Amino acid sequence: MSKTIVSLMNVEKWYGENHVVKNMNINIAEGEFLTLLGPSGCGKTTTLRMISGFELPSTGMIKVQGESVEKKEPYQRDVNTVFQNYALFSNMNVYDNVAYGLKVKKVPKAEIKERVTEMLKLVQLEGFGKRKITQMSGGQKQRVAIARALINRPKVLLLDEPLGALDLKLRKQMQIELKRLQKKLGITFVYVTHDQEEALTMSDRIAVINEGVLEQVDTPINIYQKPKTKFVAGFIGESNIMDAIVLQKESGKAVVGMEVGRGTVADADDKLAVNDPVAISVRPENMLFSKTPVEGFSLKGIVKEHIYVGNIVKMMITLNDGTEIRVNRFRSEDLAAVGTLLYLYWDLDKGVVIKEKSLVNTDSVRDIEGGNADDEDE
Amino acid sequence: MTKTNDLAVKVASKPKKRKDKRSFKSWLASAVMCGPITIWSVLFIILPILLLAFMSFMTKGPLGRVVYKFTLDNYKEIFKPVYFTVIKQSVIIATWTTVLTVLMGYPLAAFIANVKKKTSGVLTVLLMLPLWVSGLVILYSFVIMLNKTGVINTVLMNLHIIDKPLNMLYNNFAVIVGMLYMFLPFAVLPMYSSIEKLDKGLIEASKDLGAGPVKTFFKVTLPLTAPGIFAAVILTFIPCIGYYMVTDMLGGGTNMMVGNLIHRQFTISRNWPFGAALAMVLAVVIFIMLFVYTKLGGDLDDLGA
Repeated sequence: MSKTIVSLMNVEKWYGENHVVKNMNINIAEGEFLTLLGPSGCGKTTTLRMISGFELPSTGMIKVQGESVEKKEPYQRDVNTVFQNYALFSNMNVYDNVAYGLKVKKVPKAEIKERVTEMLKLVQLEGFGKRKITQMSGGQKQRVAIARALINRPKVLLLDEPLGALDLKLRKQMQIELKRLQKKLGITFVYVTHDQEEALTMSDRIAVINEGVLEQVDTPINIYQKPKTKFVAGFIGESNIMDAIVLQKESGKAVVGMEVGRGTVADADDKLAVNDPVAISVRPENMLFSKTPVEGFSLKGIVKEHIYVGNIVKMMITLNDGTEIRVNRFRSEDLAAVGTLLYLYWDLDKGVVIKEKSLVNTDSVRDIEGGNADDEDE
Repeated sequence: MTKTNDLAVKVASKPKKRKDKRSFKSWLASAVMCGPITIWSVLFIILPILLLAFMSFMTKGPLGRVVYKFTLDNYKEIFKPVYFTVIKQSVIIATWTTVLTVLMGYPLAAFIANVKKKTSGVLTVLLMLPLWVSGLVILYSFVIMLNKTGVINTVLMNLHIIDKPLNMLYNNFAVIVGMLYMFLPFAVLPMYSSIEKLDKGLIEASKDLGAGPVKTFFKVTLPLTAPGIFAAVILTFIPCIGYYMVTDMLGGGTNMMVGNLIHRQFTISRNWPFGAALAMVLAVVIFIMLFVYTKLGGDLDDLGA
């Protein structure tokens, strides 16, 4: 990736007693499509608003193009925002909405006309200029909002759950369109969503945020295949997450013990040591089964039910201690009948090891939260 | 007609019958709900207006009696210079009051709309407080305040800021001050509600696109809260023109407004037909203003430009 355009350095945000953003450090590269992903109230929108200037960080620094923006008002920053509910000016028509950013900067009229026409064409709203905002559908309003935000040729475009109000089909279509638009313009997009599928579809990189903590920033593939924390493993896609302890260490692999049995995982860099507490995350499509015991594994369970979800079948397998393991398969011939006793295993490199450090992190976060709740009770 | 046609009519009329039954029920329901207020409106609003309209075409008789003979003289009378002066005076006072009320009320409304919910509730109650007091009491207290020997003059004299008492009572100044006090709450409330309803996201969007606070106010906030301002204008201007108590008590009887004029026709002058004609003209003017307002309110895009 090329040079950094936006960087957040040790950014913290407090609302009174509420610690909404905790020690956030992200470098956003020029021309990148970065998604801030997390559940509602995780601080992702607050982070976006700090970049746009509508919120100020409590501590820490935000730089845009290497320059601190602390003293810059929103209207002085080279970033523009597409707002959650469009925030279009209902007292103006489509043309005037898009032209707004140029008009307030006193750009000559002829140039405004040229650029607005061009922009409307870009978002496929040619000829809609005279329409009133109230005459536009949700998807069209969305396009107007995007055109309006892009007219000033910002270095960075911030999008705050822009597709949240659209129906599923339109949303999927807009996702692809937005991605194409971003590639065509080469502008950095910072996109906020709670929809993990949307994030995986569109992003160059995803920043997963949970309770104000940046859990992991990585490419969609790495986020999915190599989650660094239990939260990331659980939030993006489905996953079977099991707490474990390292029992034996061999070169390139390790045997881990879970409450219900043992398993083996790859450890190419030999980073694990005996007695390390870890968590093992195995995607349902990577969970394998056999009717006979498999070397290095001692997990067994009984198939409880099959759930048909269109093109895949989910098998729910219950282990001895009641833990439920999900196994997804495309074709029905791969399935084991309900009631069958199965031995579960996985390809060594598909058992993702989440190490103690990140576990401690999430735990300590929970402790802080607990402390706050107690204070409030008093 | 052939048999088939008859059958067709029968088939067609069947659902119609059912529909009638339902519409009778809904008619009954709406009659029960709207009946009382309809009767009230007809008896005490529509009939009196009709009576007034009727009266305005009658002839003035001797000793304040009404002679029931059709004439247009009452309406012609209105265009006499002496009455025209009164109308001009009314419009000037009402305009000043409206302009000052809106100018003072808008920032107040914006302030109330932007504080915490709890505070804004308290402020709204405080704003309404004067309405709980009789207008007569309020105006008398203004007399006490503005009098030559009143509170303000006494304080200023004792502080040696002025040598002779200021002439603040029984002039246009006193009338406008009184009107302002009376109508400020009515002007603030509609403006408050339109500012409060304004999506804060729009303000942010404007700033995001490079407009500073001043530009944002004139291009976004003001046009989008215009309906509230127009409502405030209507709610101040109309009652102001007809409100005769303030002019009577603070204007000293020398500065007459249309309201006073009408009042006098029915009391002192005993010229009911002329009073009715004046009232009708005032009503028509108010009706036109309201009509224009709804037209403007209905089409915000025209307001914004």
